[in-house]
Amino acid sequence: MATQSLRPCGDFRTTYRQDTAIFDTFNSRWAMILFLALLYVMVLVPILAPGVEETPVLSTLFGPFYNAQYLSLAIQACYWGIAALGLNILVGFTGQISLGHAAFFGIGAFGSAYLNNTYGIPVILSIPLAGLIAAAVGLLFGSPAARIKGLYLAIATLAAQFIIEDLFIRVDWFTGGSYGSLANTVELPGYDFSAGEWVTLFAFDTDPKFFLFALTVTIVMYVMAANLMRSRDGRAFIAVRDHYLSAEVMGINLTKYRILSFGISSFYAGIGGALYGHYLGFVSAEGFTILLSIQFLGIIIIGGLGSVMGAILGTIFMVLLPEVMAGGVDIIASTDWGNTPMITNGLAFFKEMAIGAAIILFLIFEPDGLAHRWRLIKAYWKLYPFSY
Amino acid sequence: MDLFFQLLINGIIVGTLYGVVAMCFVLIYKSTQVVNFAQGEFLLVGAWICWSILIAFEIPFVFGFLLTLAFMAALGIFIQMVVLRPMIGEPIISVIMVTIGLSIFMRAFSNWVFGQDTVGYPDVFGASSINIGGLQVQPAYIMSFVISIIIMAGFFYFFRYSRHGLAMRATAFNQQVAQSLGISVKHVFAMAWAISAMVSALAGVVVGMVNGVSSALSFIGIKVFPAVILGGLDSIVGAVVGGLIVGVLENMAEYVDGQFLYWGNMLTIAPFWVLIIILVIKPYGLFGTKDIERV
Repeated sequence: MATQSLRPCGDFRTTYRQDTAIFDTFNSRWAMILFLALLYVMVLVPILAPGVEETPVLSTLFGPFYNAQYLSLAIQACYWGIAALGLNILVGFTGQISLGHAAFFGIGAFGSAYLNNTYGIPVILSIPLAGLIAAAVGLLFGSPAARIKGLYLAIATLAAQFIIEDLFIRVDWFTGGSYGSLANTVELPGYDFSAGEWVTLFAFDTDPKFFLFALTVTIVMYVMAANLMRSRDGRAFIAVRDHYLSAEVMGINLTKYRILSFGISSFYAGIGGALYGHYLGFVSAEGFTILLSIQFLGIIIIGGLGSVMGAILGTIFMVLLPEVMAGGVDIIASTDWGNTPMITNGLAFFKEMAIGAAIILFLIFEPDGLAHRWRLIKAYWKLYPFSY
Repeated sequence: MDLFFQLLINGIIVGTLYGVVAMCFVLIYKSTQVVNFAQGEFLLVGAWICWSILIAFEIPFVFGFLLTLAFMAALGIFIQMVVLRPMIGEPIISVIMVTIGLSIFMRAFSNWVFGQDTVGYPDVFGASSINIGGLQVQPAYIMSFVISIIIMAGFFYFFRYSRHGLAMRATAFNQQVAQSLGISVKHVFAMAWAISAMVSALAGVVVGMVNGVSSALSFIGIKVFPAVILGGLDSIVGAVVGGLIVGVLENMAEYVDGQFLYWGNMLTIAPFWVLIIILVIKPYGLFGTKDIERV
């Protein structure tokens, strides 16, 4: 993959530290930090001072963003983004295909609800523990990866998807069976020394507050992944993907890294699923079908395989796609010829068709995904007007 | 015991159908190295097209059926040319994902156009069931069994004796050598998809006659994976045997479950457990060649 360098002329890398930096340039690092800080401020201000978003200045600047629907989409982007990043570690970096990611997502959701409801573990701890449960199950179902790869692994994970989905209904002490299970809101526990009991310091009980929590978790998970990819293990993953024989010759234990990759990816899926469960407040077995697995795969293909940045870009694309379809259907339905039951009742199908079509079109026309397109755009402006 | 034999017969009949669909899957895999996750959608689309032709034009079944076959052949060639040809030489994940995308698109599209409810076919054979050895068997089942056997025999003849079949076998063996012998690999690829789509549609129509047409038809495309893995991914004989085994096995699991275990849902899930076990102990299946990608 030819990546055009965006570094200024004469700016060479002289140390390994520079070579493995997460952000290529000073500016890109600070742009990202500023962007995230702005996100926090935008959401924090109305929480700390209710009503301030109604003031003329803020409402003209950010008016459209203080919208309940956009906020729920942003939260969806957070928990999907975490799970998609996990899948990208498995598929994009290690080169193994998994068609069962939604099942591990579901295990995280059920696991966190179960730990919280049954053992009273605070939600803020049960989320990472649920990630560990998902990782354990992922290691179990990933163990065929020690022997098979490529197509055979895809089929094995497809079977895992159906088996785990079936278990969600069957194992009712864990999941609540076909009724599903309730999930509590996320709370920050504190210890009141004068009363000598546990109290709630801060409850992330509204959408803006939950968004702060989800955004923080997302940032932590993305930084962890970016760091993983410049460590020995991360480079081993890439070596296994690029040429497993050479990797083995260089002393990389193939079996260990293949299974480890499954574990890490399931851990991410579990964290994402747990966030999803506690956001909705209710986890039901119907939410984790093969279609969700395919959506995760679609996210990383659209975003760009083997790119941390691509995972979040693809997630945003996939979250917005149904909304765009809904908007398009509204516009068509408002015309005279378009106002037929075929169009107005077909929205659910249009959304699915759009997912399938997006996967096909990206694979044919932009196999490197949005991350590559983003690099090209940056390079274009960097080199403007002499882009050769 | 009656139930046991009834389920055994069901298993054999359903198994031959799985075998036919698995053959179509293996045909595409062998000749074009593409894993077709959209095989079940070919059944779905074929069954719906045939149904709508029969309902809309009220022509005799045979003509409607021939029209369906023509349409499916065109669809198969179209998909091969537009979607799969750009994927030649891409990594396996891209090929898998493009057929998965295709399957989502086709399923959503047919659900949109034709609806999700189960619709019965116009009666072709008369509804009365036939008594064989004390068991009630629907004529549509018998017909499906007979048709499946005919298709299998046809495949055998085609690959063994016809010129095109020979070309396809040569291509499956080695594409470069085949090309240097004057075989148009492009035509072979197109033909593989056309045949596969046509025969899948045939299977779809047969299932539609027995159970009615609904979006559940596409699930047969998923059930095919245990069959082909069991039989060996690149063996046509293995596909037939694997299909039969999976058909009988899932009905036996249903019997054991209904009589003794009461777990529920075994009909759907049992083949996937078998699939996982086969993949762990014998990934190349019963008849597959052993030189598959292994670690």
